[in-house]
Amino acid sequence: MADNTPAGSTTDGAIQVGGPRQPIDARVSAPASYDVADFPVPHGREEEWRFTPLERLRGLHDGSAAEKADGAGVKVEVTAPEGVTVETVGRDDSRLGKAGKPVDRVAAQAFSSFEKATVVSIPKDTRLTEPVRVAVHGEGGVSFAHALVEIGAFSEAVVVIDHTGDATLAANIEYVLGDGAKLTVVSVQDWADTAVHAAQQTALVGRDASFKSVIVTFGGDLVRLHPRVVYGGPGGEAELFGLYFTDNGQHQEHRLFVDHDTPHCRSNVVFKGALQGKDAHAVWIGDVLIRAAAEGTDTYELNRNLVLTDGARVDSVPNLEIETGEIVGAGHASATGRFDDEQLFYLMARGIPADEARRLVVRGFFAELVQQIGIPDVEERLIDKIEAELKASVA
Amino acid sequence: MATLEIHDLHVSVEADNGSREILRGVDLTVKQGETHAIMGPNGSGKSTLAYSLAGHPKYTITGGTVTLDGEDVLEMSVDERARAGVFLAMQYPVEVPGVSVSNFLRTSATAIRGEAPKLRTWVKEVKESMERLHMDPSFAERNVNEGFSGGEKKRHEILQLELLKPKIAILDETDSGLDVDALRIVSEGVNRVRETGEVGTLLITHYTRILRYIKPDFVHVFANGRIAESGGAELADKLEEEGYEAYVTKGGVTA
Repeated sequence: MADNTPAGSTTDGAIQVGGPRQPIDARVSAPASYDVADFPVPHGREEEWRFTPLERLRGLHDGSAAEKADGAGVKVEVTAPEGVTVETVGRDDSRLGKAGKPVDRVAAQAFSSFEKATVVSIPKDTRLTEPVRVAVHGEGGVSFAHALVEIGAFSEAVVVIDHTGDATLAANIEYVLGDGAKLTVVSVQDWADTAVHAAQQTALVGRDASFKSVIVTFGGDLVRLHPRVVYGGPGGEAELFGLYFTDNGQHQEHRLFVDHDTPHCRSNVVFKGALQGKDAHAVWIGDVLIRAAAEGTDTYELNRNLVLTDGARVDSVPNLEIETGEIVGAGHASATGRFDDEQLFYLMARGIPADEARRLVVRGFFAELVQQIGIPDVEERLIDKIEAELKASVA
Repeated sequence: MATLEIHDLHVSVEADNGSREILRGVDLTVKQGETHAIMGPNGSGKSTLAYSLAGHPKYTITGGTVTLDGEDVLEMSVDERARAGVFLAMQYPVEVPGVSVSNFLRTSATAIRGEAPKLRTWVKEVKESMERLHMDPSFAERNVNEGFSGGEKKRHEILQLELLKPKIAILDETDSGLDVDALRIVSEGVNRVRETGEVGTLLITHYTRILRYIKPDFVHVFANGRIAESGGAELADKLEEEGYEAYVTKGGVTA
């Protein structure tokens, strides 16, 4: 597990254009479904599970965790500005599950097992001046959760979801955007080092709506997220930004899927990760599918990794499938580089101490991405967090 | 007055077939205000001397001493050496993606000077130095050495030399890969620093052409991991005429 991808190398990637193929959806071991029973228990060799250490999922994948769930594992607190409705609803609420079905067994387990769901509704034509803040705090134990954020037509909002504490959590979050709505969601995984978190985050982007997702993963023993975007009408736009800092022994996996099934939609994906320490493992899967109907699509996805020490491992797999030539643009890039001894020597030879040299490089690496977030207090917090990660690890 | 004293320095590198001695007893004293040219054929150990003085981890010191004003340089970490006043202009400066030149220079100047330079005067200082080196202002926003041409990398090294004002400057083949114009600009930069009289310069070169612009006080011929002959500027003229033949046979340079 200690093999680093050499500096500057580009990892696996594929662009398929037309022809005989195995679509992204068909590579998974079962079609999407709300029912956990529709998915076989993964054994680890399936395409969607091959990078994940199943033994560290604490039974979220094989049904054993479901028997232990007591519903008190995580505490969810929502602070919302005036005009926003926050509800706790039962399983039978007809609004739930509209953004899309669970795509793997753990997400389906979450959908089959959650008891109460949190629904945050922002009415139409509303412009929130303050973010909606969702604090998800783990208090040990196993939990299954479901949340829905719906934003009405032509409204604008920022939602910040904070995950802290210790938990074994499987969850689904849905974002449903009305026509012309603008929704920014920042999901921070700042878990304790013992937490296990698997979640599907699906956005249904309405006509001419803009969805911006910022995923920040620092903590956890194992974090496995599925950010997904589907479009409900033409003119939709999605930006998926991700930032992860994978330390000693952590497994952080981001598997995104953008489903361009609607004409004239755009997507832009930028994920950047830094890794350090023994057995730090980051996985990035970037699946983008441009279906035959999606004329005028414009999409780009990028993943960059910076390996700071020996013993860390990155798997980065961009995958772009194009079923129509009538598009504006489609591209992908992935590269993994090392902060190597020569860079360190060069900076130190200019009087800069080793830990500060490392900080300089990591800050530089993330700066461009952080600046794109566009929410000053979140940006500031991220920079502080990156500094803290660096300090903790260098010390 | 700052003095760098190198005494009986022995240095090895780890190779596939065990460790190999490259420096075999180097003796050299460089005083503030002096310029020493170190010349020699490829493989004679010139660059090893430069990198050993800066503290590159690839090289193992197996014997001898290096002191700067009596302080043991070999005991210091790489960054401590730089802060003590040793500067190495590298032959192959390293790319540092994601770090802008301006951020790098300021971080470095802060480390070397012990406090952050005042922003207003600093900006002016950098701007003027860059102008003198014929560097475009946009340079400051580029990432360190990323996509720089050979000439740009060397100018960037000399820019750092001007800003960091070391006591001892080691210039490792700063002339290599430069065309005539770039060589002149870079040499003028070195001369500006030398004219302050506050730096001792160790100019490492394979060719004599840079010595037309930078006049050394002393010339040392390096062969077989040590100084084979020392003299004044006239020794460079002799090398220009006769090449390194005599030293190669005499010193038994290893390939």
